[in-house]
Amino acid sequence: MKEISPQAMEKIEVLVKRYPVKRSALLEVLHIVQEEWGYIDQEGEERVAEILDLEPVQVHEVVSFYTMYERKPVGNHIIRVCRNLTCTLMGADNLINYLKRKLKVKVGGTTSDGRFTLQTVECLGACEIAPVMQIDGEFYGNLTPDKIDSILEEIK
Amino acid sequence: MSLVITPWFGKVSIEYYIKAGGYEGAKKALSMKPEEVIEEVKKSNLRGRGGAGFPTGLKWSFVPRESTRPKYLCINADEGEPGTFKDKYIIKEAPHLLIEGAIIASWAVGINTAFVYIRGEYGKFALLLEKAIEEAYEKGFLGKNIFGTDFSLEIFVHRGAGAYVCGEETALIESLEGKRGNPRIRPPFPATMGLYNCPTVVNNVETLANLPAIIREGGEWFASLGVEKSGGTKLFAVSGHVKKPGIYELPMGTSLKTLIYEYAGGIRENRRLKGVIPGGSSSPILKPQEIDIPLDYDSLMKAGSMLGSGAVIVLDETTCMAKVLQVITRFYAHESCGQCTPCRQGTPWMAKIAERIVSGRGRKGDLDLLVDIARSMMGKTICPLADAAAMPVIAICEKYREELEEHIREKRCPVERE
Repeated sequence: MKEISPQAMEKIEVLVKRYPVKRSALLEVLHIVQEEWGYIDQEGEERVAEILDLEPVQVHEVVSFYTMYERKPVGNHIIRVCRNLTCTLMGADNLINYLKRKLKVKVGGTTSDGRFTLQTVECLGACEIAPVMQIDGEFYGNLTPDKIDSILEEIK
Repeated sequence: MSLVITPWFGKVSIEYYIKAGGYEGAKKALSMKPEEVIEEVKKSNLRGRGGAGFPTGLKWSFVPRESTRPKYLCINADEGEPGTFKDKYIIKEAPHLLIEGAIIASWAVGINTAFVYIRGEYGKFALLLEKAIEEAYEKGFLGKNIFGTDFSLEIFVHRGAGAYVCGEETALIESLEGKRGNPRIRPPFPATMGLYNCPTVVNNVETLANLPAIIREGGEWFASLGVEKSGGTKLFAVSGHVKKPGIYELPMGTSLKTLIYEYAGGIRENRRLKGVIPGGSSSPILKPQEIDIPLDYDSLMKAGSMLGSGAVIVLDETTCMAKVLQVITRFYAHESCGQCTPCRQGTPWMAKIAERIVSGRGRKGDLDLLVDIARSMMGKTICPLADAAAMPVIAICEKYREELEEHIREKRCPVERE
């Protein structure tokens, strides 16, 4: 069985105290567990349910609703490329195709070395630097294939 | 030109912010009666900057003064409307403007707990905001006995996890309660039954960031910056085919044409303009001959569009409108929460039709079908997401009908061919 680290448990305890209702901490607790495990599977849902005195289904319906929760193992880094309007106007389609070819994966897939998972996402709120992608929470904008090459090279 | 928000950009640390006169508005507010603060905000003609444009002072006045239950402030930093990135700038460039605004709002309504609901994708900005909140606690501007009064306020940052619908205020409340972001049926409105069924105010980040100036300089001053029923200035987030995309703060009532050509530098590579989406992807598109229009809530509504969040997306002549239709419909299909049948069924159906048009498999009558589906969705759902999906589709189908018909007939894009 996977464990949640004592540091994470400590964070969760502080967090839960903010809210008059324990369940309110659910989205934040899921973020913390995902930071540790990389994804939330059924076991993760059950653990979180236990911590917050919820039924596992109450956790499952939340995990399956919000797009930022990963439900199966992902690569070391998640590349989230925006496919919404401004990014499309600025050439996102070509960049998504470029990334698919470069990484030899489909959208949603993980490279064979386990380094990168490629996802497409809706507007990231960074349209001033479109086309844009996010890797591990960091924004990269005004993308071109060359720029993508050097960004991925540095992330290794 | 008097500006309200952008002059504070860059004053990130609390020391700089205070040195520039920061927190004077909150201090002044706490020396006034709460009713006087609400009155000042009503006088300012400040309207909700999240997109709906509801008068802020009026919204506050719906919250019962006396309440046996705690009252809450939910600060909407979900910023999901495609094209919108203004609240991000406030949070990273002037986080104390938001905190000060939250103090003023909370004092006016009688609130002691506030939650900032920030979209999960803004994780790094959530950390910046938490740091600023910590600074405010250290100065005694948050916590117990603020500025030596008996007023106390706690602010917590709460991250969402990727769901556009959570920008709708009742979905935001559900999400903050640890549930799926399914909007609630209104009434009851959050003002009487919101978070944990307690009286709740939900205000957008930019709305709150205007409050310090309103209290410092007066509601009438703020109102005078704008036009009749839209007070103050507005942050416009300009993106797409312009030379200088970015954030521009301008008085309400400034011409959209001025914003695009004088501030955002005009169209890239001096191409011809094809259309402008003036207030985020839900707002109906305007054609080039329609853009000499004052940017305020009422003028845009009169023109059949919306000021929305002030996210201006500019499209030049190289844009394929079938592609725009496809991207917009796919987005709303992806984001429909699935509660209401017209939206759950209508949004993917529209996306399917747009997808076949763009890929050269469009059928005669598809445009009428799209408009028909869109019209049957509007006004028939719990929240405005269905309307948000329908409005741009109707506008694009009507205003670019010839091009779309050609795309269907020729089974290829007439724009890219040229």
